[in-house]
Amino acid sequence: MSELEVAVTGGQEIWQGGESPYAIPSKKLGMWLFIVSDSITFGAVLFCYAYLRLASPDWPTPFRLASIENATIMTFVLLSSSVTMVAAVEAAKAGRIAASVRWLGATMLGGVLFDILHIREWLGLIHEGLRLGQNPWGSGLFGAAFFTLTGLHMTHVTIGVIYLCIVAIGFRRGKFTSDDVEISGLYWHFVDLVWMFIFPLVYLLSARIR
Amino acid sequence: MNASAGHAASPAGMSWFLKVWAVLLVLTGVEIFLAYEELPLHTMLILLMGLSLIKAAMIVAYFMHLRYERTSLVWTLVPATIFVLLMMNVFFSDSLRIVRLGLFLH
Repeated sequence: MSELEVAVTGGQEIWQGGESPYAIPSKKLGMWLFIVSDSITFGAVLFCYAYLRLASPDWPTPFRLASIENATIMTFVLLSSSVTMVAAVEAAKAGRIAASVRWLGATMLGGVLFDILHIREWLGLIHEGLRLGQNPWGSGLFGAAFFTLTGLHMTHVTIGVIYLCIVAIGFRRGKFTSDDVEISGLYWHFVDLVWMFIFPLVYLLSARIR
Repeated sequence: MNASAGHAASPAGMSWFLKVWAVLLVLTGVEIFLAYEELPLHTMLILLMGLSLIKAAMIVAYFMHLRYERTSLVWTLVPATIFVLLMMNVFFSDSLRIVRLGLFLH
């Protein structure tokens, strides 16, 4: 309460832009608002997946042990890339630009590795007969729901890699500040966060046990 | 790695982030273990969603730094997101009913 009061009343009049109630750069607030809207987008697709699954009596459970292992490695890679991202932000805040760029590179590498593993997973499923509208196991809606959800996430990872690349180059040239590195980190962690829901809800709940 | 005493750097430091990472990996391991336990689907869903929410909260709080931001930012972002997601969950399935009501047939 008191902290908020200080933010509102302290210094210049708030209507003249004298105070920032959140005490963060406006770019960072912008990224947070984007993340809120993006989480609602993913929420919609996840609800859609759950709804289709509940509405289909023959929802397939196609993920063999190899798929689950592959997805587990993907989870590990993405979680680890979040740690390298944190390291990049810490280095940027401490003014160690070269170290920060190296950690950003490691994060990008994690993203690319995630994409490669994911495409391998997709190709395997397509080879087994999974299509957008049909599959050999059950409800034809599975393919549409699966490819939409994981495809949207893969697009986010790919855009994230490009975004981090731009930030890394700009940060090394002095065009971007450590705040920009931190804001790109918010996006990257969000992509990681979404996978924390996709992995159990899509893969683990559809594991083929026998 | 712990030279993060500067402004706005997290008060936690790298060793703390590595601990968060380790906990996230352990929780993921628990989820994979549960997947092969052949529990009823409902129980599985509740357990996996619960664990995922804990993991998401940890990522938001520590990796995304929200724990160290002003409380006003947390109160602006988090309740609104949860509210919209819950309302969407309630009304989402109505989208099909609206089509069947024939409102768009003229």
